[in-house]
Amino acid sequence: MSDDKDTRPPLIKSLGPDALNRYVDKVPHAAALGLEVTLIAHREAELRMPYREDLIGYPETRVVAGGVITTLLDNVAGLSVACAIEELVPFATLDLRIDYMRPAVPDEAICGYAHCFKVTENIAFVRGLAHHGDRTDPIATATATFMLNTKTQHSGGAGAKAG
Amino acid sequence: MDRLQHAKERGEKPDLDGLMQDIPYARFLQIGAELKGHELTMVLPFRDEIVGNPRLPAIHGGVIGAFLEVTATVQLVWEVADIKLPKPIDMNIAFLRSGRPQPTYARATITKQGRRIVQVSADAWQEERNKPIATWQGHFLTKSEIATV
Repeated sequence: MSDDKDTRPPLIKSLGPDALNRYVDKVPHAAALGLEVTLIAHREAELRMPYREDLIGYPETRVVAGGVITTLLDNVAGLSVACAIEELVPFATLDLRIDYMRPAVPDEAICGYAHCFKVTENIAFVRGLAHHGDRTDPIATATATFMLNTKTQHSGGAGAKAG
Repeated sequence: MDRLQHAKERGEKPDLDGLMQDIPYARFLQIGAELKGHELTMVLPFRDEIVGNPRLPAIHGGVIGAFLEVTATVQLVWEVADIKLPKPIDMNIAFLRSGRPQPTYARATITKQGRRIVQVSADAWQEERNKPIATWQGHFLTKSEIATV
């Protein structure tokens, strides 16, 4: 594939052929949750999170904590931004809203899907959802905004998240 | 949970450390709870496993959101006598500063308590209480009728 016809997301181009696996390795908490990249496309991404007993938030029903879904959706939303921007610059989550439609089913993996539908000079806008294999029957939906070109060192503002 | 039921029957507050141990995800993040007077402060210790961006390094934003949700949940069962953990309906988090490799603290306040729905707000900070790294707001559904202890 020559460079001018290479339509792959910039993230993939910058990381090379092992990008899918290496992305998760680059984010320590994504690795701690056992996240697997299942989809990388232009402006789109999906992550799969296997069910684990140590992620339970409701011991009586064995349902995973709402916060686990927050993390999954924040992560996949960021990944979709990386798949949407022309040049891989540092960025950070500005705001994240999650609506919980129904409890996740115990023992089932949770998929987090995100679509970065708009990128402006400073901000990327994302919609996402968590599901058990059917995107029309979501566990939770998410709306997120990301600030682009954040600083790569700690400062008073929001810090860089990925890059 | 048995612990919450027993506490309600006795008209007492649930044992905090026990409550944190009962929730596997709170143990996974190693969240601790401190009680000073009647005010609960939750503590998230820094570990490499909670990093989202290793370059800075910065704590994963999702972890900060999850930490605030656990804080809100525990505040709710602490303040409101209920035998079940409240179910989240929605939440909104604004990230204000990156989470540095140091302990993070959080406090939650019940802003509106209705019969079925409760609104909680919470914020997280590190070195300075007046420089929050994130603010959080969410609604919970409480199954049984709420009665203040």
